[in-house]
Amino acid sequence: MKRPLQYLALVVYVVFLGFPLVWLLSTSLKTPREMASTDPSWIPADPTFANFIDAFGEQDLIGAAFRSLVVALFSALLTVALALPAAYVMARHRGLASRVATGWVLVSQVFPFILIIIPLFMVLRNLELTNTLTGLVLVHVTFTLPFALWMLQGYVRAVPRELEEAASVDGAGRVRSIVSVVAPLLAPGVVATLLFSFISSWNEFLFALVVLRDPDVMTLPLTLARFTGPEGVARLGPLAAASLMATIPSLIFFAIIQRRLKSGLMAGAVKG
Amino acid sequence: MRITSALAAAAVLALSAACGSGGSTGATGGGTASEAPAEPVKLNFLSLAWQKESIEANKALVDEWNKNNPTIQVTYVQGSWDNVNDQLVTQFEGGGAPDVIHNDSPALSGFATRGYLLDLKDKLPAELKSDIPQPAWDTVTFGAEGGVYGVPFLQESQVIIANKKLLDAAKVRVPTADNPWTWDEFAEVSKKLTKDGAFGVAWPMKSPVNKTLNLALNFNGTFFQTGADGKSTVKVGPEEKEVLQRIYNQIHVDKSADPKTLGMGTADPLPGFYKGEYAMLPVGVYLRQQVAEQAPEGFEWVTLPPLKGTSSNQGAVSQTLSVSADSKNPDEALKFISFFLNGPNQARLAKGDWLLPTSQKAATDPSITGAENGWDVATASVKNLVVAPFLKVNGYDEWKSKVATPVLQEYYAGKISLDDAAKRLVEEGNKVLERY
Repeated sequence: MKRPLQYLALVVYVVFLGFPLVWLLSTSLKTPREMASTDPSWIPADPTFANFIDAFGEQDLIGAAFRSLVVALFSALLTVALALPAAYVMARHRGLASRVATGWVLVSQVFPFILIIIPLFMVLRNLELTNTLTGLVLVHVTFTLPFALWMLQGYVRAVPRELEEAASVDGAGRVRSIVSVVAPLLAPGVVATLLFSFISSWNEFLFALVVLRDPDVMTLPLTLARFTGPEGVARLGPLAAASLMATIPSLIFFAIIQRRLKSGLMAGAVKG
Repeated sequence: MRITSALAAAAVLALSAACGSGGSTGATGGGTASEAPAEPVKLNFLSLAWQKESIEANKALVDEWNKNNPTIQVTYVQGSWDNVNDQLVTQFEGGGAPDVIHNDSPALSGFATRGYLLDLKDKLPAELKSDIPQPAWDTVTFGAEGGVYGVPFLQESQVIIANKKLLDAAKVRVPTADNPWTWDEFAEVSKKLTKDGAFGVAWPMKSPVNKTLNLALNFNGTFFQTGADGKSTVKVGPEEKEVLQRIYNQIHVDKSADPKTLGMGTADPLPGFYKGEYAMLPVGVYLRQQVAEQAPEGFEWVTLPPLKGTSSNQGAVSQTLSVSADSKNPDEALKFISFFLNGPNQARLAKGDWLLPTSQKAATDPSITGAENGWDVATASVKNLVVAPFLKVNGYDEWKSKVATPVLQEYYAGKISLDDAAKRLVEEGNKVLERY
């Protein structure tokens, strides 16, 4: 009896998660007339690809998706590359400097984005990085780094010190014990942080809006916004078609990387 | 591990390619430096066109310009209405704002005060200046010296979109541009159309302020008075209360307006309109596009002219093209604007956006004066447009969002009386305006 109930709960949860995506698919295949109906249906009565043709014809969606992918990948990799060693130090060396740094990371999270957007833009301008993807990567890294640091710090703390001490007893130096013992155990944390940084960058709109200017550097969120007009009026069909396409790369990225998200790696590592 | 390496390698290649391809508006095209002609002037044009036909018209005009003007090349950059002002503030402050900027007149006042926009007063070509009537120029004229900070080109009036079959069945007089309905007639017709579970009218009032203020001019309600020192204060007297009271009466006294549409955005009542849940929608002219595109087969609809109070005047704002004060090529930018907004081109832009051109030549263009889709009624309504008084009020945006929107929403929902609403609009409003 327990098993069927678990499956039922799982099905309900999957439906809950999948509903927006299915609705997006359904909307993207509907005519404007059907979309304005007061009796909405799941399956379009008269399916059409016109919304996809309009969306791809009017906007450089493929180019924008490619640029978003590049920015998101680099932001994620750079964030983890910077956050991992910092998180290790902050987790393992609990001195005054570490506590101040941890506090500073927390404080940096309380500033609203809009407050710092103009100074940040001026810094980028002085570096001649406005209107470039490199500039946007730097901005995304700056803003995902504090939270990534927090995430990874938690994962590092969860790795028992005793494992490193055991490696040291076996003759491993500090670097060796980090690379051979700690790093493999941090893999799930690194993957989770990569995913977080990737999704944050992939979806980011406001900074891209002010940093990027030319059509040939626009990212996907900016391109999707082109289907909306004043007062929240939107061209729902092309917007749904474009949004559907926009979800695919992040789904693929997640599908590739999620196999590394494992728990229980450290179960029984230290016998108490 | 193989996947990680492959991802890393692909990413490195991709960033090199992507960063190499973007980020500059520098020269393109072949030819060696020695044989290349002088570098053309490059302009960035930020456009907010978003409807399919409108984007096509904008892009076609830019292409036409670029083809005929090899020495002044324009890059079309599409922005979006929802966040254009955030984008512009940053770019004005930090540098790198587009040369030619599409916006609307309410946004220009603040930008002009801060010196972000070029004053075009003495730079406008005579032909462009004379083709656009003074009331439209008034919507872009700010400051004690009467600076002109944009060229107005598209305007919106409030018309009534109605279900023709229901109107015919009720045997009501169909108004014309020369003989429009008065507000009293409109109230009577709405009551007549309210039967069998259907309502006469729907008032979508999620964003009630601009609509109410623009219509209030029907009874000479201006909502603001400006002293000799340039400071504005809010006033809500009998003239201002008239339209508020009439809309309220339709919802709560006559019960001829569907109360469930009150919280809706402008386009949200359309499905119910097609279904016959209400017969009339007082909305902006641009909404005709959605009705033409979405209305079910066999659904007949008409566009009715603006209502008349003591006059048919309505407050108008304009879509505008401005030149950034930081533009390195302001003269070329103005040349482009003069081409882009000449009579025939304005007609193309108006048709694409389903709005009204300010150009008098464009207003006679057959493509926007025919009876199809109510263009004749819409275009005729331009004569009722006068500059919206709130355009000249410093602090209007804050008054609108912090005071007027919640107060009007509460009033139309029947939660507060008209006197309470008036008191709050004035007292809370003046506290806001004092700071400007």
